[in-house]
Amino acid sequence: MADIVLDKVSKKFPDGTTAVRDVDLEIADGEFVILVGPSGCGKSTTLNMIAGLEDISSGELRIGGQRVNDKAPRDRDIAMVFQSYALYPNMTVRENMAFPLRLAKLDKETINQKVDQAAKVLELTPLLDRKPANLSGGQRQRVAMGRAIVRQPKAFLMDEPLSNLDAKLRVQMRTVVSRLQKQLGTTTVYVTHDQTEAMTLGDRVVIMRGGAVQQVGPPQELYDHPNNLFVAGFIGSPSMNFLTAKVEEGTLRTALGDVPIGDRIRRELEGADAPRELILGIRPEHFEDAELVDDDTRRRGMEFTAPVDIVESMGSDKYVYLSVEGERATSAELEELAADAGAADFSGAGSNLVTRLSAESTVTEGEDRRVWFNLEKIHLFDPSDGRNLTLHEGRAAGTFAD
Amino acid sequence: MADTTATRAKVRWGLLDVAVVVFALTPVLWIMSLSFKTPATLTDGKFIPREWTLENYRTIFATDQFVRALINSIGIALIATTIAVVLGAMAAYAISRLDFPGKRLLIGVSLLIAMFPQVSLVSPLFEIERQLGLFDTWPGLILPYITFALPLAIYTLSAFFKQIPWDLEKAAKMDGATQGQAFRRVIAPLAAPGLFTTAILVFIFCWNDFLFAISLTSTERSRTVPVALSFFTGASQFEDPTGAICAAAVVITVPIILFVLFFQRRIVSGLTSGAVKG
Repeated sequence: MADIVLDKVSKKFPDGTTAVRDVDLEIADGEFVILVGPSGCGKSTTLNMIAGLEDISSGELRIGGQRVNDKAPRDRDIAMVFQSYALYPNMTVRENMAFPLRLAKLDKETINQKVDQAAKVLELTPLLDRKPANLSGGQRQRVAMGRAIVRQPKAFLMDEPLSNLDAKLRVQMRTVVSRLQKQLGTTTVYVTHDQTEAMTLGDRVVIMRGGAVQQVGPPQELYDHPNNLFVAGFIGSPSMNFLTAKVEEGTLRTALGDVPIGDRIRRELEGADAPRELILGIRPEHFEDAELVDDDTRRRGMEFTAPVDIVESMGSDKYVYLSVEGERATSAELEELAADAGAADFSGAGSNLVTRLSAESTVTEGEDRRVWFNLEKIHLFDPSDGRNLTLHEGRAAGTFAD
Repeated sequence: MADTTATRAKVRWGLLDVAVVVFALTPVLWIMSLSFKTPATLTDGKFIPREWTLENYRTIFATDQFVRALINSIGIALIATTIAVVLGAMAAYAISRLDFPGKRLLIGVSLLIAMFPQVSLVSPLFEIERQLGLFDTWPGLILPYITFALPLAIYTLSAFFKQIPWDLEKAAKMDGATQGQAFRRVIAPLAAPGLFTTAILVFIFCWNDFLFAISLTSTERSRTVPVALSFFTGASQFEDPTGAICAAAVVITVPIILFVLFFQRRIVSGLTSGAVKG
C-alpha cells in the first residue's frame, strides 16, 4: 500500500497533441480517488501513465515516495482492471487469477491459497474451473477484479470497469467495488465518464477537461461549490440549469425576473473589464412549487410564473420541465458538455428549465405555474472563462453574499 | 412449396459438390490404382486393378534413392517451416502492434518477394549458391524456401495478431509479465490457430516445390522427393517406372495428410471469445 503523487505530469503525443497538461495530484494511502470527465479529457491517459503503459512526457510520478517514471509496469507493483476485462481466454478463472502470482514465482501452495481466498471474497469459488467464455458479464468483471486483488498490490487502477455492464448490474457492482475497497484499504484510482459513479464511489473526485484538472474534492464539495461552469454542468443529474443574466442597474435581468445581487458580487462587477453578461446556474432541486413554500423559506428566494411543459413523476418527487423565454446560455464549456451528452445538435426553442418539485405538488402539464427558487443556491459564472463568481474562499453563497 | 424448392436447391448443390469432388479426386484415385497394378496390366485402362500387387511399393523402398529423398524432403521442409513461422511470427507481431519507421516499406518489400516470379531467380541463385558452397546442400534449399515462405507467413500471422485485443497484452504487463513473457504466455497461445495454419501452408509449399529442388541440387545428398521422382528408373534400364512413380506419389502425400490432420485439431476458431466484452 502506498500513496501516489503526480507532480506536474504531462503527456504529449508525437503528433503534437497534449493529452494531459501539468496534472498535480496527491492521492493518500488507502484513498479512493475518481478521475472523471467527458471522453477525450485525458483521464484514461493519466491512468495509463500511473500504470506505466504510457510514458510520461514531463513531470514526476511517485508511488510510495519513490520516483517511478522510468519503471516498467511490472516493477511498480500496481494492479489494473480494464474496461474490457481483458481476461486470458485460454485460461480458466483459477489460472487467470493465478497468473500474476505465477509470474511472481510464488510456490504452488501459496498461489492456491491466495486464489481461493480472493475467489471467496468475490464469490467466484464455484466458477474457478470455467473458462471466461462461459461466464456472464458480471462474472467476468469479478474475475478481472479478482486478478487485481489476488496479488495485494500497492494500488488498484480501474479503467471504467463497470461501463460494459447493464444498468442494474452496474449499480450492484458499484457497491461491490466500494465495499471491496473499504475492506482492503488499498489506494485506488478509478476512471469513469459517469458522474453518478464518480459521486457515489470516491473519497475524492478529480474532474478533468481537455487534459487539465478542473477541480479536486469530495463529491459533495464539488456539487455544492463548483469552481467553474464546467464542473457545475458536469456534476449532477439532471444537470444544473443555465440562463443568461444581463447586468443592469445593480440587478441581473434573467428570464426568471430581476435577480437582486449582494455587495460582494456587485463589487466584482464594478470593474471596467467586468463582464456585462453572466451565466446564472441553478440546480433542479432548488426550485419548489410556490404553493408549498412556507413564509420563512419564501424570503430566501423569489418566484416566477412559467408554462409547464412536461411532468415526470418519480414517486419521491416530480421532475417538472418549464418553458422560459429568452436566450439559451452559451459558452465553450456548455457546448462541450452538450456534445458529450450527445445533445449538441438538439435544442428546442427558448430554454427549458428542469425543476425538481415535491411529490405533493399538484402541478399539471399545460398550466402556468408559480414556482419559487432559492437565491442562496444560485451560482453566477463568467461566460468568458467559466469562473464561478459566487465562490468565496471555496464556498458558494448565492447572489446575496456580502 | 417452400419445402420442395429447398429440397431442389439442396439436390442441385449436392450434385455440384459431388461433381467437384469427383473432378478433384479422380486423378489421385487413378494414381493410387496404378500404384497397385502389375507392369503387365498397367495400360489396360481398368480403374480397379485385375491383379493387385505391392511390388511397386517394395521397389521404391528397396532403392536407397527414394528413402534418402524422403528424409531430405521431411528434414528440409520441417526446418524451413519452423524457421519461417518463428521469424514470421515475430515480424507479424511487430507489424500488427508497433508503429515504426519503414513499416510500410517492409510490408511492401515482403509483398514484392511474393510477387517475384521464382523462375527468374533460379539462375542467379544457382550461381550464388555455387560460389558460397551451398549448392546441393540442405541450407541451399532451406534458405530460398524461407525467403519465399516468409511473406506468406507474415501476411497470415499479422491478420491473426490483429484480432487479439491489445488490452490482453496490457493486462499481462500489469500482472508482472515482461514483453517476452506477455508474448509467449498470452499472445502466442491465442495466436496458435494462426501459427498452425501458417505452418501448414508453409510446409505444403516447401514439400511440393520442384523448381528450386531440381535447380539447386545435383545428388542424393539433398534431392527432395518431387525431384527424385523425376529421376526414377525401373529395376532395369528398360523397365517402365510408371508403377513405381505412382507408388512414390502416393507415399509422399501421406506426410502432408498426416501433418494437416495433426494440426487441424488445433485450428479451432473462436479461441479468443470471452477475453473481452463483445
